[in-house]
Amino acid sequence: MIEAVGLTKRYGAKTAVYNLSFQVRPGAVTGFLGPNGSGKSTTMRMILGLDNPTSGQVTIGGYPYRKLPNAARQVGALLDAKAVHGGRSARSHLLSLAQLSGIPARRVDEVLGVVGLQDVAKKRSKGFSLGMGQRLGIAAALLGDPQVLLFDEPVNGLDPEGILWVRNLMKALAAEGRTVFVSSHLMSEMALTADHLIVIGRGQLLSDMSVKDFISANSADFARVRTPDTEPQLREKLTSALTGAGGQVLPEQDGALRVMGLPLPRISDLAHDVDVRLWELSPHQASLEEAYMRMTQGAVDYRSTIDQKAGLQQPLPPGAQPPMPVPGQGQPGWYAPPAPPQQGGQQFAPPQGQPPAGPYGAPAPGAAPAPAPGAPQPNPYAQAAPQAPVQPVATPAAPAAPAAAPAPAADLTKSEDAR
Amino acid sequence: MSTPQPQLAPQQPAAAPWQGAPGTSYTSPIPVVRTHLGHAIVSEWTKIKSVRSTMWTLGVFVFLLLGLGLLFAVIAASADMNLEGESPLGLGLFGVMLGSVCLITLGVLTTASEYGTGMIRTTLTACPSRSRVLAAKAIVFFALAFTITLVTTSLVAFLQVAILEGSNAADPSGEQWLKATVGVSLFLALFGLLSLLIGSLIRHSAGAITIMLGVFLAPLVIAIFMFAESLRDVQEFLLNYSIPSQLGVFYGAELGASAPSGWDPLWIMLGLVAAAFAGAFAVLEKRDV
Repeated sequence: MIEAVGLTKRYGAKTAVYNLSFQVRPGAVTGFLGPNGSGKSTTMRMILGLDNPTSGQVTIGGYPYRKLPNAARQVGALLDAKAVHGGRSARSHLLSLAQLSGIPARRVDEVLGVVGLQDVAKKRSKGFSLGMGQRLGIAAALLGDPQVLLFDEPVNGLDPEGILWVRNLMKALAAEGRTVFVSSHLMSEMALTADHLIVIGRGQLLSDMSVKDFISANSADFARVRTPDTEPQLREKLTSALTGAGGQVLPEQDGALRVMGLPLPRISDLAHDVDVRLWELSPHQASLEEAYMRMTQGAVDYRSTIDQKAGLQQPLPPGAQPPMPVPGQGQPGWYAPPAPPQQGGQQFAPPQGQPPAGPYGAPAPGAAPAPAPGAPQPNPYAQAAPQAPVQPVATPAAPAAPAAAPAPAADLTKSEDAR
Repeated sequence: MSTPQPQLAPQQPAAAPWQGAPGTSYTSPIPVVRTHLGHAIVSEWTKIKSVRSTMWTLGVFVFLLLGLGLLFAVIAASADMNLEGESPLGLGLFGVMLGSVCLITLGVLTTASEYGTGMIRTTLTACPSRSRVLAAKAIVFFALAFTITLVTTSLVAFLQVAILEGSNAADPSGEQWLKATVGVSLFLALFGLLSLLIGSLIRHSAGAITIMLGVFLAPLVIAIFMFAESLRDVQEFLLNYSIPSQLGVFYGAELGASAPSGWDPLWIMLGLVAAAFAGAFAVLEKRDV
């Protein structure tokens, strides 16, 4: 059991962690979430006695870490996968750690087998890939067969098989009655792995509750309603009807409506009453990611913006318009669909050329010449894009942004420049 | 994500499991032993012998001591030089002087490379007693450096005496033997230990090596360019107490009345190391890693 009371850490004028109190209990996987720079790693380091708190204290099983007798046998930690001497072989690295805490040497070969590194045990860890380094770090954490385990971003760089393995490993460790404390940025991963969540932002506790409570407390389920694209006035009509009935309506970027506060049958009835046909009426459950984005919105320190390339672009040819910004993008409160604050790939869209042909990226027939040989469809992702959280970097053949203007043929050089 | 996540449903993260019934805590079948300095020493020995920089620096060190020591002896012998009653052991000085740079590097790398790679966080998580880790590093390094230097200097000294037999060289006395082997080895191992402690204080390999090279060379270089009469005393002090001069003392190169003589350099170095140890321990305990 890990217990923090009033934990505070200041680096000069900057407060990394402020008045943090929480408990991590045995027998469960506890997720530790927060945006970049929110103090997760600092907290982990204070738990492990590497950093001294400015005030407050954190104990493991009642002891401050540095007072624990044979700490490595009670607490195992993966802080930073690359926290190894690259010139040392995986086995020597683990052996030195085992000897330090009086663990028999055969345990080293055992954990190497557990993480699947026995074939490269004699290789120097300098040549390891990120995933292999991560496995070595996990091996070091498991070495002492400890009662408490801390993992900082354990699935970073792992392949899908490795991610599945780590997920099952965490659950198995917790099921044995151990305390498992995992930080991660991958909300979807935490939804599958964690039982309990501790969320911090700007070094302060935002939430400390079970995953289920977290989602229901932090997100509103909503209905997506789509009226015929061909008749925009129907959308206006329905919007006013729904608002009049006490619903909350937000337009989505692809023309659908997001309705909160009204059950689905009621929406259907209202639409029927005002004589509006519906193309879509679907229920949506907010995911952990959405709940998390909503909660940490105000506490994000490092927010990405659109790469404007100001002053670096060639002047637009006469008559051309810059790409139209996507409605809703970058607005506070716009956290779903779960795109990053701006559409990934947008910055790679050729800035010059035709204005968007369709309302939101659907290519108007014949509006754009094919950008490159072998790519007759100028924007194959135009419809699917809003669902995909990360867009592939645009190739000349496929500008991947949902609102991207189709690339004219003359843009080949421009695309190279953008890359 | 705006799509529903069916995976969430079967998980049912109800409050029950994590609130954990008492007695669910895990106990390892591997017996827990009480750790002590011995464990840390074994661990540090594994560490120091499993990186290539150790082999490289010590290899070059031995090569310089043996190579230069024998080279000078062979040159002296083939030129039919008359040593005029000097001890042949003095010919080992140059190799030792150059070789000490290798010990500086190895000493600094023993501690500072852990900071450079981040390994120190892994080490101090496995053993939160920081002074134990530093003490173990110091003991392992000192023992290794002393042993290697003693073996090499003894070998060089024997070979030099053998090569220069009949060149009118004096038979080295017992104390000369002791100083040129054990004395030099203790001095160099302590000097390397000083580098190790500076590495722990600076936490940066290149920075610490530069500082130690400065300590090694700067007094001599500065003294050479001190022409002013008013600085005469300072110049003399720097010349007498520079590391190369102190090394020379072990080979019988007495510099003057005010210079260290006999076993003095060893005591001076011991004092420096003790001071650095106190500083390194105090800082290590207090600082964030």
